[in-house]
Amino acid sequence: MNNCSQDTKVTAKNVNVWYGDNHAIKDVSVDISDRMVTAFIGPSGCGKSTFLRCLNRMNDTIPTCRVEGELCLDGEDIHDARVDPVELRARVGMVFQKPNPFPKSIYENVAYGPRIHGLARSRAELDEIVEKSLRRAALWDEVKDRLQAPGTGLSGGQQQRLCIARAVATGPEVLLMDEPASALDPIATAQIEELIDELGRSIAVVIVTHSMQQAARVSQRTAFFHLGDLVEYGETDQIFTNPADSRTEAYITGRIG
Amino acid sequence: MPASSLLPILAALAALGFVAGRRRALSLAGGDARGLHSLPAHYGAEVALFTLLPALALLALWSLATPLAVNHLVAGEFPAETRAEPGAMSLAMSDIRRLAAEPDAGQGSAGQGTRAASLQEAARLYSTLRARASGLASLTVLLTALAGLGYALWRIHPRRRARSHVEAILESLLIGAATLAILTTLGIVASMLSGTIEFFRLYPAGDFFFGTIWAPSFGGGSRLGILPLLWGTLYISLIALAVAVPIGLFAAIYLSEYASPAARALLKPLLELLAGIPTIVYGLLALVTVGPALARVFGDEGLGWMQGASAAITAGLVMGGMLIPFVSSLSDDILNAVPQALRDGSLGLGATRSETLRLVVLPAALPGIVGAILLAASRAIGETMIVVMGAGAAARLSLNPFDAMTTITAKIVSQLTGDADFASAEALVAFALGMTLFVLTLGLNVLALHVVRKYREQYE
Ligand SMILES: Nc1ncnc2c1ncn2[C@@H]1O[C@H](COP(=O)(O)OP(=O)(O)OP(=O)(O)O)[C@@H](O)[C@H]1O
Ligand SMILES: [Mg+2]
Repeated sequence: MNNCSQDTKVTAKNVNVWYGDNHAIKDVSVDISDRMVTAFIGPSGCGKSTFLRCLNRMNDTIPTCRVEGELCLDGEDIHDARVDPVELRARVGMVFQKPNPFPKSIYENVAYGPRIHGLARSRAELDEIVEKSLRRAALWDEVKDRLQAPGTGLSGGQQQRLCIARAVATGPEVLLMDEPASALDPIATAQIEELIDELGRSIAVVIVTHSMQQAARVSQRTAFFHLGDLVEYGETDQIFTNPADSRTEAYITGRIG
Repeated sequence: MPASSLLPILAALAALGFVAGRRRALSLAGGDARGLHSLPAHYGAEVALFTLLPALALLALWSLATPLAVNHLVAGEFPAETRAEPGAMSLAMSDIRRLAAEPDAGQGSAGQGTRAASLQEAARLYSTLRARASGLASLTVLLTALAGLGYALWRIHPRRRARSHVEAILESLLIGAATLAILTTLGIVASMLSGTIEFFRLYPAGDFFFGTIWAPSFGGGSRLGILPLLWGTLYISLIALAVAVPIGLFAAIYLSEYASPAARALLKPLLELLAGIPTIVYGLLALVTVGPALARVFGDEGLGWMQGASAAITAGLVMGGMLIPFVSSLSDDILNAVPQALRDGSLGLGATRSETLRLVVLPAALPGIVGAILLAASRAIGETMIVVMGAGAAARLSLNPFDAMTTITAKIVSQLTGDADFASAEALVAFALGMTLFVLTLGLNVLALHVVRKYREQYE
């Protein structure tokens, strides 16, 4: 059937992505392990978001986008006709680069996933999921008195955490986070990194970040992208202390990007 | 000089003013544009506006005032008893205008004796006055333009804030346009209102608003109750909306959420083409195709529910067809305005397309969609041609959609196209009907605005 290995959570082999004629991802192969945090780093426009969106087939929604190559979740080809992208996305959650809260109350935003997947048997259970998710996303204290207020009325950083809470509430097996702390202050950032750390103990987390320190702090593996190529992929410690490629070294020391 | 040759001259003067203003501003700054407060073009534009606007305003005033003044002067030549006689003066004036336009034609036909002679006399006076007024108008307009040009050129100074002046002039022009639109509406309301008041002098308002019988008779003794017409209007509109809203909305949802780009590129223009078909064509459709087809099924040969081809259902169905592209095109635009990021957020959580649509896209688009539906309702209520040709002429309070009915609009047409005296209640009722229609659609629009605002607060 396919030649994906069984022991990694997500496998990408020779993945190519085009937007029309723009070749955005060139022959990228990556194995993402379960119970681990993987960081994608690289200069702006190098294709990190594009590659991330391949992993839960979000690129399907872009008419001009064409994805080729082999992508497996738990050894199963996600492009297989038997795989329902809707189910796939329930298993592979995503926090988008731009916060996109629904025009609903804060509560309804977080309850959205659990509701459509029927994760709560009672209102009390749903309340519990919402509170727990908001606590994990370090937002609970700020919004606990106005859960019925519209989510779009929150500040940029609060919206970002709301979207994290929303993704966490569904209980995904893999969580893709596209710059989840880009609009956060140091304290909230620390709390989110704590969450990522905690999540990384039980599920596979992939995080895109522009902060080298953040990648070094939270991830066990790091992938460096450059102009659509995967330049280097390996243990985070090794990438940051002893990079094999000169472009990686230039980027992490701040000379390109 | 007629306005048609005056306008190009004014335009040329304005262009000249622009160039001259620009050049003068530059030379005052010693050729260096950085020494000026504004860009050289702003100085040029200010001069051009000063040349054009006062002259145009004066031209408009002249064009309005000249006919009034000339008519007044010419009428003064006639004896008082002619002027007092209703209609005689306007008859004489139209003769005069005709004679003035072609002086020889009148010779034989205008008749004989003193009346013909005095008409010829008046026509000559009329022509001279017109010519003199026109010459005077051209002269003053041109002088005003030149004065404006000279004044604006003289005021140019490197520190003059031409940029803000141009901005202020443009703003007041825009305000002027908006005011004109509002005044037009007010004018329409005022003329309707005066006709309505006139009508209520001849016919009791209570009988009009609460009368259940519509039976105009030009001999007198008419019964002009609006209720059967109002009922017909609302009933037919309701049928039309019941057809157009679901179909139009679903079509819009398909187009914006499900259709491939290729299908969309084909279908959207087709739908919009449908929206451009004149309503008279739909009226023909109702008369020739839909009505007879319905009559065959529900009429005497079929189920026996329908008396003839003209019925509320005929007009309602066809009107619904007319409104489908209207509803779908508006709704499609509204659905498209919902940001893709919201859809992505929902799909990314593992929602299906229909869940995303129901839980995220439609709620976000609801105010706009409600607005679109209310707009469609306004159009249905105001629609005339389809009703005239499809619904029949009987004003009847009936629940049966297969009965012939008629609407306010259709009756406005029939009351004004008969030979009734324009001052009779039977003709003036058209104003009261029109006013009712106006209030009805205005109410709908206000409601639409209110709904939109209420939901917007909730969703933003
Ligand atoms: N929806 C799209 N349509 C067309 N081209 C796109 C689209 N999204 C991304 N691209 C192109 O794909 C390339 C990679 O974009 P991508 O968003 O993946 O970069 P990124 O690494 O996430 O950058 P950043 O760090 O700025 O978010 C860019 O050249 C971009 O122009
Ligand atoms: Mg990105």
